[in-house]
Amino acid sequence: MLEIKNLHASIGNTKILKGLDLTVNSGEVHAIMGPNGSGKSTLASVIAGREDYDVTDGEINFQGNELSDIGPDERAREGIFLAFQYPVEIPGVSTTNFMKTAVNQIRESKGEKPLDAVEFLKLMKEKMKLVNIKQELLSRSINEGFSGGEKKRNEIFQMAMLDPKLSILDETDSGLDIDALKIVSNGVNALKSKENATVVVTHYQRLLDYIVPDFVHVLMDGKIVKSGDKNLALELEEKGYDWIKVKN
Amino acid sequence: MSKDDKILKEFTSKEYEHGWSVDFDVDQAPKGLNEDIVKLISKKKNEPNWLLDWRLKAFSNFKKMKEPNWSNLKIPRINYQDISYYSAPKKKKMLKSMDEVDPELIKTFEKLGISLQEQKRLSGVAVDAVIDSVSIGTTFKDKLSELGIIFCSFSEAVNEHPDLVRKHLGKVVPAKDNYFACLNSAVFSDGSFCYIPKGVRCPMELSTYFRINASNTGQFERTLIVADEGSYVSYLEGCTAPMRDENQLHAAVVEIHAEKDAEVKYSTVQNWYPGDKNGKGGIYNFVTKRGICNGINSKISWTQVETGSAITWKYPSCILKGDNSVGEFYSVAVTNNYQQADTGTKMIHIGKNTRSKIISKGISAGHSQNSYRGHVKVMRRANNSRNFSQCDSLLLGNKCGAHTFPYIDIENKSSMVEHEATTSKIGEDQIFYCLQRGIDEENAIALIVNGYAKEVLKQLPMEFSVEAQKLLSLTLEGSVG
Ligand SMILES: Nc1ncnc2c1ncn2[C@@H]1O[C@H](COP(=O)(O)OP(=O)(O)O)[C@@H](O)[C@H]1O
Ligand SMILES: [Mg+2]
Repeated sequence: MLEIKNLHASIGNTKILKGLDLTVNSGEVHAIMGPNGSGKSTLASVIAGREDYDVTDGEINFQGNELSDIGPDERAREGIFLAFQYPVEIPGVSTTNFMKTAVNQIRESKGEKPLDAVEFLKLMKEKMKLVNIKQELLSRSINEGFSGGEKKRNEIFQMAMLDPKLSILDETDSGLDIDALKIVSNGVNALKSKENATVVVTHYQRLLDYIVPDFVHVLMDGKIVKSGDKNLALELEEKGYDWIKVKN
Repeated sequence: MSKDDKILKEFTSKEYEHGWSVDFDVDQAPKGLNEDIVKLISKKKNEPNWLLDWRLKAFSNFKKMKEPNWSNLKIPRINYQDISYYSAPKKKKMLKSMDEVDPELIKTFEKLGISLQEQKRLSGVAVDAVIDSVSIGTTFKDKLSELGIIFCSFSEAVNEHPDLVRKHLGKVVPAKDNYFACLNSAVFSDGSFCYIPKGVRCPMELSTYFRINASNTGQFERTLIVADEGSYVSYLEGCTAPMRDENQLHAAVVEIHAEKDAEVKYSTVQNWYPGDKNGKGGIYNFVTKRGICNGINSKISWTQVETGSAITWKYPSCILKGDNSVGEFYSVAVTNNYQQADTGTKMIHIGKNTRSKIISKGISAGHSQNSYRGHVKVMRRANNSRNFSQCDSLLLGNKCGAHTFPYIDIENKSSMVEHEATTSKIGEDQIFYCLQRGIDEENAIALIVNGYAKEVLKQLPMEFSVEAQKLLSLTLEGSVG
């Protein structure tokens, strides 16, 4: 589904990703771990197509297409979803309205009829249950005055609404208490299928008890320096990132 | 190229949708402004002597006045002698029904999306259409007259309800009030008149569509709304004008009277030709709008969505004379390319316990300049009065300007005035968030801008609100990359 080869990306004159390789197949869950500032969010943004970053070398293939000439909105319509580490506030725009605009534009791009108000509401009601989110929250300006947990739940709600092929969850666990973490994880697990894939970005092992990865990668200094199965996460938790540095 | 630059660069290419003109058989005065022209206009309209005298007095004052220069606008010199002050579609005979209306005209309405026939049937909106100064067709008159509501062209009101007109004309906006109001008083051609009798709630939105058609004709309409005790009316004004290279002058006056317990809601969606993307052409819009809350517990509420015109100079205001009266001003002003807007309001608190609320949302893009100018005055005996003002500016790109000029003037110690102001930019983060959900850049901007303006848009009647949202997006279309 996703194949990244020798990816180099920088912002301004700062090189952040320095030759990163990653392959994700459908049905898989990958975890990307790494210390603060190692480039995890940058990787997520670059896959999503954020234009502030310059891809200076390498390539990203998604479902057989090379993405370099494809804009972020088109990537999203092709099925790439990013749950933001810091979800953005848009005053006066409710999550409902935001999602309605998104869902219908995605449908339109596939030549499907837009959902009318009733159909849309039905879809929303169904997905709301998944992350236990209230209508009231969805009617408020998106992310404005939301608690940390509400923001993250709202991201997963959007993921459920858009039913993406590839979901990248950037630190979705940060700021969540244990109950919220369970709700969010259950939501993510419920959305898992043979046809889609999930990349979980985190620097804590805790989340991986709930969203169990098939592969764990360690990202340091712009490169994946070690890959393994879920036990790698446990080992990292115990020994810290320095352990890898020393070994290298 | 940074995202901001891209936004800026592509924020320029939207062509004006209503840019076409129709050739009617036009009866037009020669160019120039003098006493004879004033007399000609009055004669064309069979006006009584008192009105001619009023016009002539206004004209003699106008000659002594100077164009105001206190605004934050760069106004090119206007040659008032190079304008024709009267243009009427030639009347063949008095029209009895829509069937008699010039088919060209009906086509015009259809292009504007306001076919009278349709409006009549579907929406329950009574439309008094002003094309180039003379009112053509008024619908729903019968239904309204059963309730004693008068809704007709200004000229008709002058002839049929002279006492009402004479009693109220120029009382809120005196002929000498300002340069443009004075010009209007001398040469106004037509407009709308509306009277709601005691205790009557007008059962439908009253609507006027203004449109400038013939080239080189200024448009000087005059609107007078009188809401008698305990009455209610919601009045809509929509404006479009064809695309022309030369600038056209527009100087309207709107006066509102609200008596005891009366409420008037006045909504405008202004979409006049803003000029092309290099700043050529466009309407100069110098408008004086003012209402007086005469009686206790009366209320006047102005809502405006200003997207058009090359220059907008406009301050819909409320004089809160009656105790407990309420004035409101909700405004969204969008400027793009080389448009300039200097708009805001005046709230004059005279009575006790009077309240006013100002919500202004400016949106600037391209090379445009957008100013909010507001004056809140609380007079000595206006005990316990309140004002709340919120003035926000949103910038797209870094070649445009947003300015806020709030003047506050309080002579009463028990009164309170609150003013809040913010300036923000559409963030790249916000745009990326939308893009990442599959929303394209144009829709993203529309979404963000409409969210920003929501507090004002929700004041508009339903159909108008939808139209206004589309207009906001249209004005900003092509502004983003
Ligand atoms: N907009 C930016 N401008 C300059 N440096 C940036 C920018 N965004 C990220 N960086 C830098 O890139 C590095 C990687 O950041 P990031 O991808 O956010 O790391 P992580 O998500 O792993 O904590 C950090 O050193 C950070 O300071
Ligand atoms: Mg990060």
